[in-house]
Amino acid sequence: MTHFIDRRANPKDRSLGNRRRFIKRVREAVKAAVDRSVKARAIADVDQGDAVAVSAGDIHEPSFRNARQGGHREYVLPGNRALRTGDRIDKPPPGGGGAAGREGSMSGEAEDDFVFTLSREEFLDLFFEDLELPDLVKRSLKRIESTHPHRAGFSVTGPPANLSVTRTMRKAIGRRIALQRPGLRAVADLAARIEDLERNAPRNDATRRELDRLRQELERMRLRQRRVPYLDPVDLRYRHFDLRPDPTANAVMFCLMDVSASMGEREKDLAKRFFVLLHLFLKRSYERVELVFIRHTHLARAVDEETFFHSAESGGTVVSTALEEMQRIIRETYSPADWNIYAAQASDGENFSGDSEKCGTILRDELMRHCQYFAYVEIMAPEEAAIIRSPETGTELWRTYLSVAEAWPNFAQKRIARPADIYPVFRELFARETGHG
Amino acid sequence: MADTGLLFDQSDWSFDLLRRTHDAIEAVALQDLELEIYPNQIEIISAEQMLDAYSAIGMPLMYGHWSFGKHFIHHERHYSAGHSALAYEIVINSNPCVSYCLEENTMPMQALVMAHAAFGHNHFFRNNHLFRQWTDAENILDYLAYARAYIRRCEDQHGPAEVERILDAAHALMSCGVFRHRRPPAPTPREQEERARRREAEREREVHYIWSGLDRAQPGSEAESQMQERKREMHLPEENLLYFLERFSPVLQNWQREVLAITRHIAQYFYPQRQTKIMNEGCATFVHYHIMHRLHETGRIGDGAMLEVLANHTNVLTQPAFDAPHFSGLNPYAIGFAMMRDIQRICTDPTGEDREWFPYVAGCGDWRGVLKDAWSAYRDESFIQQFLSPRVIRDLRLFALTDDENQNWYRVSAIHDAAGYHRVRDTLQRANDPALNEPVIQVADVDLLGDRVLHLEHRMFDGVPLDDGNRRKTLEHCRRLWGYDVRLTSQRET
Repeated sequence: MTHFIDRRANPKDRSLGNRRRFIKRVREAVKAAVDRSVKARAIADVDQGDAVAVSAGDIHEPSFRNARQGGHREYVLPGNRALRTGDRIDKPPPGGGGAAGREGSMSGEAEDDFVFTLSREEFLDLFFEDLELPDLVKRSLKRIESTHPHRAGFSVTGPPANLSVTRTMRKAIGRRIALQRPGLRAVADLAARIEDLERNAPRNDATRRELDRLRQELERMRLRQRRVPYLDPVDLRYRHFDLRPDPTANAVMFCLMDVSASMGEREKDLAKRFFVLLHLFLKRSYERVELVFIRHTHLARAVDEETFFHSAESGGTVVSTALEEMQRIIRETYSPADWNIYAAQASDGENFSGDSEKCGTILRDELMRHCQYFAYVEIMAPEEAAIIRSPETGTELWRTYLSVAEAWPNFAQKRIARPADIYPVFRELFARETGHG
Repeated sequence: MADTGLLFDQSDWSFDLLRRTHDAIEAVALQDLELEIYPNQIEIISAEQMLDAYSAIGMPLMYGHWSFGKHFIHHERHYSAGHSALAYEIVINSNPCVSYCLEENTMPMQALVMAHAAFGHNHFFRNNHLFRQWTDAENILDYLAYARAYIRRCEDQHGPAEVERILDAAHALMSCGVFRHRRPPAPTPREQEERARRREAEREREVHYIWSGLDRAQPGSEAESQMQERKREMHLPEENLLYFLERFSPVLQNWQREVLAITRHIAQYFYPQRQTKIMNEGCATFVHYHIMHRLHETGRIGDGAMLEVLANHTNVLTQPAFDAPHFSGLNPYAIGFAMMRDIQRICTDPTGEDREWFPYVAGCGDWRGVLKDAWSAYRDESFIQQFLSPRVIRDLRLFALTDDENQNWYRVSAIHDAAGYHRVRDTLQRANDPALNEPVIQVADVDLLGDRVLHLEHRMFDGVPLDDGNRRKTLEHCRRLWGYDVRLTSQRET
């Protein structure tokens, strides 16, 4: 007896475990690829999968095999057109891989690089790894969108747990009435009457006729009761739920960065990771996140992302110009009433003498009122970080910002020298967010 | 149910249509071809599931290993880039015989696939002597379930990295982990899990016996004779490296020995498939061709559906010429099908040439009997030796090529003419002889008294050497399992 089985509904990802094992095996290569592509990508695109090439040597599965060349061999090949016995065919130059050389290499794999695509999950996992994010944060960042089930009427299918008893019974009653199913009481009454007649009425023809009639009626009612069930599958109603996205709104994220000559490639890379992470946080909470890039030397300018990270500029450093530019853009485009405003500023801490106080004033008196959160990171060389331990000491800008942080709890500042230092900047922000949700 | 009329007239399939069509195919298979099959279990799966099935060498369950992930990624990439289409089916040598059919197949394709896999391959698995003798169709699925659970338990106990190390090494030696010449010890079904546990103690005793108590300080002759005694216990030379390491490696723990046993059993299970590619595919293709034509002749399948079937049939049988850009060796489907069709012709409509070449079967008329006998009693190598006819050699325009390392040209040693038929046939036979086209490596000796070196011997035929990079890496794996040095020497055979 042949069985047909529909397996299509079975879980699909049977190979997922093996895929993980494989990626673990080629970790180093994958990690390097992720770092490369974080550098190369736009901030908003970081959380997507990516193609990774792994050298075939790392994942080679050796076995004893015959060499491709050497010794005396004979092949049989199809499709001879003009060859005759005794003809000679020149061998291809070594390394060329001639027609005959391929014989028997059906299972042999080419020694090319092995290219595959990382999923968004896997990509983020590796991206987060350097940042040393706690698991809870990772999970929450990887979630694309948060939804909640909302009641949305009733449906005729659903899991047993969602069965609506009142709705189902109401349907059943309607059906029973429409199909004229005799009620329990009516049947019981009739049966009682028959019993009464049998016991008390005089035994004559009239009674017998009446009894016959009633018995037939009772029989008819019982039959009808059996035909029209009390509860029918068509009565079943289930509570239906719609998954609706959580109420979200728009956010704008300002990326401020010092691009004077003292900010090198390493500093910019760290700054970028910092911006990416903030962006991921925001994307989790808001439906739409706009990005504004403001870079400054002694002049500030809103630019596109490419220019922001990659074009060099020379000049002094006046931080307040960037803050003023941000103020201007908020005034013109992003009304604090409609937008949640976030800002991330990266700098090496240098500022034109005397300008820091001005920055402090702008932040204290104006910007911080509009901002949900303002994060400032000072990027330093690892050796510097080892010397400057105390959070109280630092550049003029750093000290000014300390006073801002005292006044505004939604202002965070942090020195970072390694990728792992970035996450703590967000810790409070994140704690607040989960507090809500 | 109607036994006449069209089985289906649309390209979408449904389970009702599948059942109806299956029954019609079964009628032809059992009554006309008189096939003997395992009960069928036909499963419909999606494309993703087909990719999943690919990666675990086609088996429905398998233990976890990174290499399967690698294969999965490889297939997925090729498939999604459009380089390769998915197989229409995968069929498993088990009882009941499980075949997977892709949900995207059209109804005519499902019919073709059922005839091909559920009857063609099924009959071959059930009847071919290699499968009957060397594989255990009854228990393979249970055994794989046991293997998966066992490996998972090992990972829990000893850490995934440790298990991976052993599996990597075992996989490298899988091709040297089969018994070619003597019957393997019976494979372990589920209830043998218990026996396996008992066996562990035995194993330990065995290893202990071989390795302990040899006193090097003893007078030479006595230690010598003890050593000879123990070597006799080892049954050298041993062709099954995994089996040998599993039994006698001085460093493996018991669970590691069981892991080797698992890979060894799986290697043994697949060994007949490697020797019967041409016959297995030829048989399945012949069966589907015959069944589909019979259904078409009797009006059960429409012309349109038949055209679709034939188009796919022809695609599968494509044999590019040796100098075509997409040539990749002889197509086992093409040569297998051509040979089997030719046997049919020789039985029913022989020429003088056929009578000369195949006096016993030419004109006998009973092509079913001859084919069924061939399917059950031969493997590729012997099948070619017995049945490759001049007609097939001519049709495929086969020719033999000699490649000598000392010359910088190939020489055409035979073509499809009277002088060449025998040579072409013998050459093709040798090319399909596993003893000649796969390296033969065996355990030759163990130094029990000295430094415990394991000596392997490679029997080199026709001076064909081992691939050096692979040889080095595989030997490293060997050393890991043996715990001491392993040396491999090549022995020229003539």
